[in-house]
Amino acid sequence: MNVQEYQGKELFKSYGIPVQDQVVVTRASDAREAARKLGGFVVVKAQVLVGGRGKAGGVKLAKTPEEAEQRASDILKLTIKGIPVEKVLIVPAAEIRKEYYLSLTMDRTSKSLILIVSAEGGVDIEELAVNEPEKIKRIPVSIDTGVDAASITPQLKEVFGTDELAAEALDTVEKLFKLYTEKDCSLLEINPYAIVDDGHLMALDSKVNFDDNALFKHEDIQKLKNPEEDSADEAVAKEAGLSFVSMDGDIGCMVNGAGLAMATMDIIKLYGGEPANFLDVGGSSNPDKVVTAMQIITGNPKVKSILINIFGGITRCDDIANGLLTAMKRIDIQVPMVVRLIGTNEVEGRKILTDAGFEVASGLSEAVEKVVKIA
Amino acid sequence: MSILIDENTHVLVQGITGRDGSFHTRQMVADGTKIVAGVTPKKGGQDLDGIPIYNSVAESMQKHKVDATVIFVPPPFANAAVREAADAGVPLIVCITEHVPVNEMLSTYHYVKSKGSRMIGPNCPGLISPGKSKIGIMPARITRPGAIGVISRSGTLTYEVVYALSEEGMGQSTCIGIGGDPIVGSGYIDLLELFENDPETSAVVVIGEIGGEDEEAAADYIRNSMTKPVAAFISGRTAPPGRRMGHAGAIISGGKGTPEAKVKAFEDAGVPVADKPDEIPALLRARLS
Repeated sequence: MNVQEYQGKELFKSYGIPVQDQVVVTRASDAREAARKLGGFVVVKAQVLVGGRGKAGGVKLAKTPEEAEQRASDILKLTIKGIPVEKVLIVPAAEIRKEYYLSLTMDRTSKSLILIVSAEGGVDIEELAVNEPEKIKRIPVSIDTGVDAASITPQLKEVFGTDELAAEALDTVEKLFKLYTEKDCSLLEINPYAIVDDGHLMALDSKVNFDDNALFKHEDIQKLKNPEEDSADEAVAKEAGLSFVSMDGDIGCMVNGAGLAMATMDIIKLYGGEPANFLDVGGSSNPDKVVTAMQIITGNPKVKSILINIFGGITRCDDIANGLLTAMKRIDIQVPMVVRLIGTNEVEGRKILTDAGFEVASGLSEAVEKVVKIA
Repeated sequence: MSILIDENTHVLVQGITGRDGSFHTRQMVADGTKIVAGVTPKKGGQDLDGIPIYNSVAESMQKHKVDATVIFVPPPFANAAVREAADAGVPLIVCITEHVPVNEMLSTYHYVKSKGSRMIGPNCPGLISPGKSKIGIMPARITRPGAIGVISRSGTLTYEVVYALSEEGMGQSTCIGIGGDPIVGSGYIDLLELFENDPETSAVVVIGEIGGEDEEAAADYIRNSMTKPVAAFISGRTAPPGRRMGHAGAIISGGKGTPEAKVKAFEDAGVPVADKPDEIPALLRARLS
């Protein structure tokens, strides 16, 4: 789960990481009052869960409260990468002396948390990573023993130059680690982490991601959920424990397992078709999930045919078959379906479906070929 | 031979009384696995079809020789279950549970290593040495004994490939689903090494997917250290790029992790990459003849 910049900064603030005063508004008229409170000279920033908002015109400077209202009004009309801007963040315009990059995440290769620091922060950090990787420091941090100040301090001094700044950065790093582990984050990123007019370091942006698997532990974090993170369909799917991503094609897919779901989409394309969605019904057996899945798939008017590809392991074919029959009773399905059912309790599952008049395939290539033909 | 498990492996089931745990225990027994005991806290003294149930792993190990444990407990308790097994000294720990909190698992990973146990998973289908033993949830019916080793990050996609191999008469020595989570106990390289050293395995199939750079590392290992032929399949080659990703992910991967990069890494290492799972048997056969 991702949260907005302002939500991330509120979390930073609650952990003692220096951030600017900020006000979030949804109406341009409120931006004027907010700007006045913050001293008049402000930055107006679109709050959307996609990158590249600066380049899309979603971040603007305003010298007066009146101008802030105008800028907010302009930005609230924007749609950035398909996402309409519904909130803007107002912060004082800081005089930035130097921009750094700081993040904490997990490196699956080295099986460690990793602190990433660079003296060249700002929007082009990804290019820097490719072209001048030596300018980015990667420092392992043990999830069990935490930040080792003695070994990290000299490296921070190399990046930040002085003992004072290195000490400030170390303090932020320790707080990031605390936040990361206490709230089960998967990414904490500050870019830019900047020296401002008072000579101190401050987080001028935030990117905070949480581990979805651990959200059950954190009611406070669940409340930060932004409904716009998922499309309406995706939100319904997530609620039901399904993994769903909508796509542009016309062949609806219901598959068990993410790897097989992706491979099924690959093979649909290989046979000249276009998948309408990625849908993983998950590992466990639960007929209700099948009903929800079918509701989501058939709710998409672009869908011309449906491929159900189940290779039972922990999922039982008879549960899928029963779920499908229940779905057929509850929803009027107008498009043709191809069902491919194999694996655990396959015989029982096939019997249920063939008794109900379904055609059941066992080969994947064969099933895909069929579904592409009828789409 | 096979790797990790065979007809002499004595298996414990943690979470034996749950819906999935009990169902798959019965399946494993039907598939020939030697299940010696189960664990469910507060249900010690009961049994499942005659399999004795204990309150803890340590208690079960006082009564039985245990070579491996398989974990079906719900996600909030999975890390503790793995640690309990490691504390008790179970050599092989297979965690089937999905949706396990990742940061806890990162810590658990190092803990299990420090105790000298080997972990497979989490979020994996387990492993099977056809005709000998099965630990986990793979449908044994689609496997057959033979000489092909299979390693996969995906669950159901593994079945797809195994099914294709069996249909073509190419049996398997051992099939392993390593799990799809960011942190898994055993990776491709750990298992490629075991297959390379297993006299009964003549070739290996690696099934990968987009994201991370484990496939690239596996390709390097194959080029430098494997003498046996390997074929691969990568899923997600047509998947749309993910939505908002932090810069940090891109920085770590540095251009790796794309399906193109993975396919190229394998092909550069002399590993043919199939477009569909059912092409794998022919690719292997060409390498083996």
